[in-house]
Amino acid sequence: MSLATDTTARQAGTFRVTRSRRNVAWTGAGALIVVVVLALFPYIVYSGTTAILVQAFIVLTMSSMWNLLAGYAGLVSVGQQAFVGLGAYFVLILAIHGTSPFAALPVAAIGCGVAALPLWWLVSRLRSGYFAIATWVLATTVLLIIEKFSSIGGGTGMPLPGLSGYNPALLTAYTYWAALAVTVAALAAIYLLLRSRLGLVLTAIRDDEVAARSSGARVGLARMLVFVVAGIGCGAAGGVLAISQLQVQPTAVFTVVWTAEMAFVTIIGGLGTIEGPIVGTVVYMVLQQTLASYNAWYLIIFGLVAIFVALFARRGLWGLVDSRINVRLFPVGYWLRLDTDRPRRLRLRAPRG
Amino acid sequence: MAWVNAIIQGVLIGGLYALFACGLSLMFGVMKVVNLAHGDLAVLAGYIAIGIIAVVHVPVLLSFVVVVPVMAALGYVVQRTMIQSALDRSVLTTLMVMLGLSVVIENGLLQFFTANTRGIGTGLSLITASFSIGSQIQIAYLLVVIFATAVVVLLGLQFFLSRSKYGRLIRAVADDREAAQLAGADYRHVFGIAAAIAFGTVALGGIAYGMYSQLNPTAGTDTILLFAFAAVVIGGLGSLWGTLLGGVVLGVAQQIGAQISISDEALAGFIVFLAVLVVRPQGLISRRAQS
Repeated sequence: MSLATDTTARQAGTFRVTRSRRNVAWTGAGALIVVVVLALFPYIVYSGTTAILVQAFIVLTMSSMWNLLAGYAGLVSVGQQAFVGLGAYFVLILAIHGTSPFAALPVAAIGCGVAALPLWWLVSRLRSGYFAIATWVLATTVLLIIEKFSSIGGGTGMPLPGLSGYNPALLTAYTYWAALAVTVAALAAIYLLLRSRLGLVLTAIRDDEVAARSSGARVGLARMLVFVVAGIGCGAAGGVLAISQLQVQPTAVFTVVWTAEMAFVTIIGGLGTIEGPIVGTVVYMVLQQTLASYNAWYLIIFGLVAIFVALFARRGLWGLVDSRINVRLFPVGYWLRLDTDRPRRLRLRAPRG
Repeated sequence: MAWVNAIIQGVLIGGLYALFACGLSLMFGVMKVVNLAHGDLAVLAGYIAIGIIAVVHVPVLLSFVVVVPVMAALGYVVQRTMIQSALDRSVLTTLMVMLGLSVVIENGLLQFFTANTRGIGTGLSLITASFSIGSQIQIAYLLVVIFATAVVVLLGLQFFLSRSKYGRLIRAVADDREAAQLAGADYRHVFGIAAAIAFGTVALGGIAYGMYSQLNPTAGTDTILLFAFAAVVIGGLGSLWGTLLGGVVLGVAQQIGAQISISDEALAGFIVFLAVLVVRPQGLISRRAQS
């Protein structure tokens, strides 16, 4: 808060602190309509379209989790593929033991959250760049360990059992709904998390870690919670991935390409905003669908765009939109509403140049 | 005897890992850049060498003379443009730019050279020749040469950093950038020099790896970067000789793992890495030495 805002507010005497300039109910209603329309998609579009959307939902879920890690908690993980892979394998293991893969999905997600604790213990004392590569090494280690178990497919992987009984059209629809449910749950969880007390701590860490620490924020605990939540989210996305691909192949689920995609989507869309990964996912899907027939080109171009955005538009595409029209789909900050003046912005964010 | 052999091979391969690791260590020590594209740059250097050997028909060893300066120049340019502008923004931007660079190089190589593996100078007697000690221990000359190269590079780096003018500048900037700037050092240029050295050593490592094993576009991240990083952490940050020790420990762990079961080679190395991370996170040699 600048001194000027502070004094103006005191002089005016009457002001309120609100979450949003507009009524939140409208945003909520809008979100609900979008979700309902998306849920009806299997009845109105071809299965090819829902398959593409499933992919988009997986990427959006993972990117939102990565955004929570890097954009808020300052944890740049290059090892989130560990949780994508673990999620896929937990679904596979439960399916082998007779559980329906769809019912296994929430269990797998929780399992990933539990697995995140020992992994966090291993990497928590490393910072920035070293944290990044250490998580990568961890993910590779998890892959190497999983490949040793031949009962779950060893190094080659295996098809996911328990899905053969479904009618193909119904299976496509179920997969779509599962992916949609995971994404909506992930976004809702992140939104609520950021509006909570923890969200305030995270925003403080994002803006200035030293200041957050010295104000008594429990930075370590907040980071651990975020790591666990991101593990759950990426694990759920990995579970959906296993179901949508009908098989689990170790090098495909544990590839660092997942984390690269999460990072690029978040950077391009806008780091540190909930809207960013959504915008980034749209860009990603457009690029991927356009360049799908050119093999590795989509990752090359995607990477170049991400480098460009990281250097020249640090708040991403959403940042560009935000600075023009000043709208927020997911209000997690605070606005100072002065009764005499037009509403003034008061978001807990350091000035970015 | 098989175990002794595993340890000897491990020590020698450790030289290769140290060669990978010293560039990573230098860039982190001087400009706090964790070069996520380190392994991909090594593979890129290997492919440049393959290209030069195929087109100009120079002897394999001569490829070093061309590739190392080319990579060093590339290092200076990349540092002065892309990495410097990322550093001016934030740590996170730097990491993202390096990750982007890694993905772009890897997929670029995949696009132009396909996923097939290629060796450098495959079949040359220089590369396949070996001598034996006793009946069970067979040592490839190539590994001895690589180990010796690593030691020479580390000695050279040590000498350069402690004695030369640019070495002093690099240490000054690494210690306190503002103070060095006040004393008239152009830290951007110094960063460029450090990056050039790092890229030069990584080129050496990449070509050596292409001779010792096979190059493919994904080798950069799957093996080189992660092994280099493990060697740096095991040895201890900021110590050049720690890097060699880290490489050797990693190499020995891998060879002993391979002795137990051939599929456990990489896993054994990473488990030792994780154990060091838990028991002694500052690394085996934790001296806060130069760079």
